[in-house]
Amino acid sequence: MSFIKYLISGISLGSVYALIALGYTMVYGIAKMLNFAHGDVIMIGAFTTYTICSTMGLPPAVGVLAAVVLCTLLGMGIEKVAYKPLRKASSPLAVLITAIGVSYLLQNVALLIFGANTKAFASVVSFPAVEFADGAISITGETIVTILSCIVIMICLMVFIKKTKAGQAMLAVSEDKGAAQLMGINVNGTIALTFAIGSALAAIAGVLLCSAYPSLNPYTGSMPGIKAFVAAVFGGIGSIPGAFIGGVLLGIIEIFAKAYISSQVADAIVFAVLIIVLLIKPTGILGKNIQEKV
Amino acid sequence: MALLEVRNLGISFGGLRAVDDFSVNIEKGCLYGLIGPNGAGKTTVFNLLTGVYKPSEGIISLDGKDITGKKTIEINKAGIARTFQNIRLFKELTVAENVKVGLHNHLKYNTLEGILRLPGYRTVEKQMQEQAMELLKVFDLDDEADILAANLPYGKQRKLEIARALATKPKLLLLDEPAAGMNPNETQELMETIHFVRENFDMTILLIEHDMRLVSGICEELTVLNFGRMLCQGKTADVLNNPEVIKAYLGE
Amino acid sequence: MKADFMKKLKSNKTLRSNLITFGMVILAYVIMEILMAAGLLSNLLKGMLVPLCVYAILAVSLNLTVGILGELSLGHAGFMCVGAFSSAFFSKCMQEAIPIAGVRFILAILIGALCAGVFGILIGIPVLRLKGDYLAIVTLAFGEIIKNLVNILYIGIDENGFHFSTKSSLDLNLSENGKIIIQGAQGITGTPNDSNFTVGILLLLITLIIVLNLIHSRDGRAIMAIRDNTIAAESVGINITKYKLMAFSISAALAGVAGVLYAHNLSTLTALPKNFGYNMSIMILVFVVLGGIGNIRGSVIAAVVLTLLPELLRGLNDYRMLIYAIVLIVMMLFNWAPVCIGWREKIKYKMKSRKTVKNSGKEA
Repeated sequence: MSFIKYLISGISLGSVYALIALGYTMVYGIAKMLNFAHGDVIMIGAFTTYTICSTMGLPPAVGVLAAVVLCTLLGMGIEKVAYKPLRKASSPLAVLITAIGVSYLLQNVALLIFGANTKAFASVVSFPAVEFADGAISITGETIVTILSCIVIMICLMVFIKKTKAGQAMLAVSEDKGAAQLMGINVNGTIALTFAIGSALAAIAGVLLCSAYPSLNPYTGSMPGIKAFVAAVFGGIGSIPGAFIGGVLLGIIEIFAKAYISSQVADAIVFAVLIIVLLIKPTGILGKNIQEKV
Repeated sequence: MALLEVRNLGISFGGLRAVDDFSVNIEKGCLYGLIGPNGAGKTTVFNLLTGVYKPSEGIISLDGKDITGKKTIEINKAGIARTFQNIRLFKELTVAENVKVGLHNHLKYNTLEGILRLPGYRTVEKQMQEQAMELLKVFDLDDEADILAANLPYGKQRKLEIARALATKPKLLLLDEPAAGMNPNETQELMETIHFVRENFDMTILLIEHDMRLVSGICEELTVLNFGRMLCQGKTADVLNNPEVIKAYLGE
Repeated sequence: MKADFMKKLKSNKTLRSNLITFGMVILAYVIMEILMAAGLLSNLLKGMLVPLCVYAILAVSLNLTVGILGELSLGHAGFMCVGAFSSAFFSKCMQEAIPIAGVRFILAILIGALCAGVFGILIGIPVLRLKGDYLAIVTLAFGEIIKNLVNILYIGIDENGFHFSTKSSLDLNLSENGKIIIQGAQGITGTPNDSNFTVGILLLLITLIIVLNLIHSRDGRAIMAIRDNTIAAESVGINITKYKLMAFSISAALAGVAGVLYAHNLSTLTALPKNFGYNMSIMILVFVVLGGIGNIRGSVIAAVVLTLLPELLRGLNDYRMLIYAIVLIVMMLFNWAPVCIGWREKIKYKMKSRKTVKNSGKEA
């Protein structure tokens, strides 16, 4: 019985990771950069909802919508100001470090506005918990909403990329920016759109993360951000179903490690599993293997 | 006994038969050409000879030693060096340093001597410098010895690749389209350099080339590949007059 | 004749560049010592002198992996952690056995470097097959694992020898006069305070000599050849695995030295996310990239400037980290964005042409 309980809480945590990883993987797949600030966009999204719902007392739907809008704009703004000028830089590390700078910036802006104290985030989910086996097992409303939204978003993204013109443009840009440009695709616009979508997902992830684990401070996003990045790599970075599988697996491994081995080394176990997976399959579970041509 | 003996070499990628039943004998001192239309499998043959790919079947032997399936490094040590179709220089190293990397396995001192700048470091580095400059002079690159390889003009980059390959003191030199992208003057000059290398380094050379002037000008023997299979093999003049070869190149 | 001349010029160029780097470090040392003697240095700044050396060594050592080998590592703090804990463990055990601080500390440095180097090899063998971002995430994972495991490690000693546990200090089953050395998350307390600014500068100089001499040697060329074109390096007979491992493990060993310096500057050594976590690894990477990938002198300068910056901004209280972040972003854009590089070139060109016009005017 406890096994099922742990499994459920693992899936619950995992679907939050998956949601964040989806944004990570989109941006990586198309812009070929590790957006280290992604976790902090999550935190900004959660703070927006917190301000609107808890401070101003407006309904949750307004809060979530505001978070999505703000994060979308924020993501596009960051891309335009900080990342775009470095897209043709001589080293890919330049944009990575700038992303770290952006991460510090977002954390410190939040620190100035909201202070370092941890806030109690009121859940935006009013969905009741579902109980099984006479109440021995219960699945919280947050878990159900997180899993459902994760699946819905994943399917939407896959359909969007397969069926729409903008999605096809994304695929083309991810394969070869230069060739895409020659085919008349607006590369800058496509990358901006990718960041917009990724950041909107980050907002939703932030709200759901804080609904399930209701403590919010300026550093809330950074560890889940790193974990989600691990999840994305785990599943094969750049692959949308890979991000989902990676996220869920990571959540389950983490909860099981905490429950059955030791909560102190749970993170070490998660990372160890990642290393083993990458050593066996160097591009992750669903990653494409590309060999250099001689 | 020929320097390079290849028997029934073959490899498949997925279902594709990239090279099939390839055999060749190259005598010491010979200038041998491998020609064929695009996608015929010429570079794949080079990759098989240098251990980049492992052959699915066949035997390769160099100077009587079996080198089939050996690693690239071992094959280089056994005596095969190559250049690449798409130039692969050490771009952030200087021209002289590129050649010195080629000398790596011939002039040695250990890590500690290098870090502590012991006498061994000084003597060997001096020898390296001398040998590198000597080689660069052959290719008329000695004036550019201290500029970054990335800043060399295209034609000179191709030459530097040959110099670097020669620095490994090979028995057999493989040149993958050495004249690609060169103008007629440069090609003419390259032909003279290749001749010079053969005479002065006592070298056996196998080259892939599309430029027929270069092929007919310097190659003594040819093998023609088409769709991964040998179409024809023999003396240059005979091969180039073979109707099948002309058909493969010009179509029906 | 001409080649001979070029050769001399070239060797002088690297020599000159190296001398500038060493001179800069020594000059900084002399200035700091004078300021200290004159009592012009605030306690805060005095306390930062050893950490500055630690960060500079870390940045130089990471540059060996990132700039010279060309592989991205996000686990450098892990190697520092190994060096710190192994050497602090040694120093604490040997405090009575080797009373001469100098001898003990030299041994501690060697042990820290050796342990970190061995970890570098152990981790390097499996992971250096991976490339780019995958290597980055795996090194990050290793760094986190090391930090995590140190936090559950308990080691004590009594007349029966060493006792180990991963649960608590009680589980060590020490006898009455036993002594706990490593106490899990509480770390190591009472490491002899052997580090000081002079030692730090000496270690930084040694690190610089090792890295700079390595780069300009046969092995260094092989490492850079792998960075520039692995396939070509293999084709001229360079042993890829050997040289990747060499660069990675020397880089790890030097990070271990930084850890030794760090550990012996503190009375209590604990493994926190702040000092040995991925945030630290990232901070070192920031030094390397901002100072210039492959530019060893730049790493030292960036480490010093970026460490001092938040302290110099201390008067601005809450805004200091915000300003730090903005400065970091702006500096990155200024240094790396092709557009900014274009502007800089243009300005440089204008200044130059103005100068030549002036000079030619004078001559006329």
